[in-house]
Amino acid sequence: MKLIDVLLFASGSLRGSRTRTLLMILAMSIGVAAVVVLTGLGEGARRYVVGQFSSLGTNLVIVFPGRTETAGIGPGMLIGQIPRELSLDDAQALLRSYAVSRIAPLTIGSTQVSLGALNREVIVLGSTAELLEVRHMNMGQGQFLPAGDVHASESVCVLGAKIKRELFGQQQAVGAWVRLGDRRFRVVGVMASQGESMGFNTDEIVIVPIASAHMLFNTSGVFRVLVEAKSRDAIEAAKRDAEQILMVRHSGERDVTVITQDAVLATFDRILRALTLAVGGIASISLAVAGILIMNVMLIAVSQRIKEIGLLKALGAPAAQIRNLFFAEAILLSGIGSVAGLLLGEAGVVVIGRIYPSLPVVAPWWAVLAALGTALGTGILFSVWPARRAARLDPVMALARS
Amino acid sequence: MIRLENVSRIFAVGDQQVAALRGINLDIAAGDYVSIMGPSGSGKSTLLNLIGLLDRPSSGTYRLDGGDVTDLTDEQQARVRSEKVGFVFQAFHLVPRLTAAMNIELPLILAGIPADERKARVAQLLENYGLADRADHRPDQLSGGQRQRVAIARATSMHPAVLLADEPTGNLDQTTGKEVLNLLEQLAAQHVTLIIVTHDPAIGGRAARQLHMVDGQITDETGRSP
Repeated sequence: MKLIDVLLFASGSLRGSRTRTLLMILAMSIGVAAVVVLTGLGEGARRYVVGQFSSLGTNLVIVFPGRTETAGIGPGMLIGQIPRELSLDDAQALLRSYAVSRIAPLTIGSTQVSLGALNREVIVLGSTAELLEVRHMNMGQGQFLPAGDVHASESVCVLGAKIKRELFGQQQAVGAWVRLGDRRFRVVGVMASQGESMGFNTDEIVIVPIASAHMLFNTSGVFRVLVEAKSRDAIEAAKRDAEQILMVRHSGERDVTVITQDAVLATFDRILRALTLAVGGIASISLAVAGILIMNVMLIAVSQRIKEIGLLKALGAPAAQIRNLFFAEAILLSGIGSVAGLLLGEAGVVVIGRIYPSLPVVAPWWAVLAALGTALGTGILFSVWPARRAARLDPVMALARS
Repeated sequence: MIRLENVSRIFAVGDQQVAALRGINLDIAAGDYVSIMGPSGSGKSTLLNLIGLLDRPSSGTYRLDGGDVTDLTDEQQARVRSEKVGFVFQAFHLVPRLTAAMNIELPLILAGIPADERKARVAQLLENYGLADRADHRPDQLSGGQRQRVAIARATSMHPAVLLADEPTGNLDQTTGKEVLNLLEQLAAQHVTLIIVTHDPAIGGRAARQLHMVDGQITDETGRSP
């Protein structure tokens, strides 16, 4: 019997029982679609997080005061000690490293911003002109903070897009004066709307020179120093240098923490990849269920078609041929089911992409291959028993069935 | 053509051994027209299944066309069935989802004959059996006589040397039954060995050679002796 005839005969008998065939294809395609959509979501979440991290800046090393290599409370804390703060000069000293191209010290606080009768609570970020570049932010209107002496406390500020909208509406903001706490600041620029990134909404902040922020909040320390390494390869050197420089400046004590963006990123990457695998695995259980369904329905099909099997044997079909016919049916079923499921899953991915445009949902190629493989595999595996059963039927008994 | 020597067939029913055939000796020459008659349970269908290689003897030897076919493997049996044996059943056994033409084509497909040759042979058979205008009808759209004609066309599509018919007229009325019998007898006249199993003496009596079976043994034979 020729292969094409085997396939034609099998597809004929599938068409012969439409409802059964459609239900099996549906079960198979739901299984495949589930794997595609779920791994697509997982992969999308991973890409989203990776994207968020890189939008923070490239080749970033982050320095902050205090050493947190042992978790939670250090011995110093118990006797009322707080970590030595990082000074603005400490931050500037990091530029001595050949591996560092730019730094942006950060201090943070919250206060009231008011314009006439309008006022609201706002997060104030104190930094330097370099922040714009280091942190990959974009200006909407006007200028960013002026470059120059980091110790100069100029009374200028840059507004987040939402703050500008709330205070000024459609009116011109650049050049106007707003009140932050008890001081007046001239608006020199407005940030472009960027939305949330890493839980920190740049649309709802006000940025002032770091020295002005120190005066505003009556502090002197630096909350974070964002250090941009010269290249990807320089990240480790920048980290080492930062530790070294600050140790020397802090009389030999290692009392700062230096993390690299890469290390954090790699951790998230691992966690999310594991999650993707896990949801993909759970989804593939539905494929196994679909496989068992196929086995069940094939067994019913064998007993429904006992007479036909007996006839085929009487007409000269050896057992192997009968087995192949049933295999062909299973392969066709799971093949069509997989393709339908793939289309269904990709459609689902597109729909989710439309609903959550910020989530880059894409089913990874390995998941698509695995889903197809599992679908075909289970289809064939679970048809082995029914096909053998059909092949072993005694033709005399089969034909005698009425 | 067909030679059975001391053939027995014993079935195990529960823990009992039931002999359906006991020591059958039978010689059938090529082109013979033989009927096997007997009451139900006499073993005539079992004998037919043995001759058609759907079953195996428990003891004895069976030679078909000069070769010993007693101990063939399943696959070899299937090949002999495909090439040398055609079956006609009481219940027609047409595949309900296939058209008349496709039912006739089935043995040719199973034997792996190329598609264009199949088409030609099927067209010829449809013509020969007066089914040309019924080619695309499914079995449930055919009358009983037409169905059995399709079944006979199917049985002869591989040009078998032996045609085995088990109560071929059992599900038909008198007139169509007679038509079907005429068809089979025409085939026998063309040197096909025809063996008909029936309980009806009026049908069995038309054969040149008539075997009577009781309790798994051939008790009486009329007509030409081997």
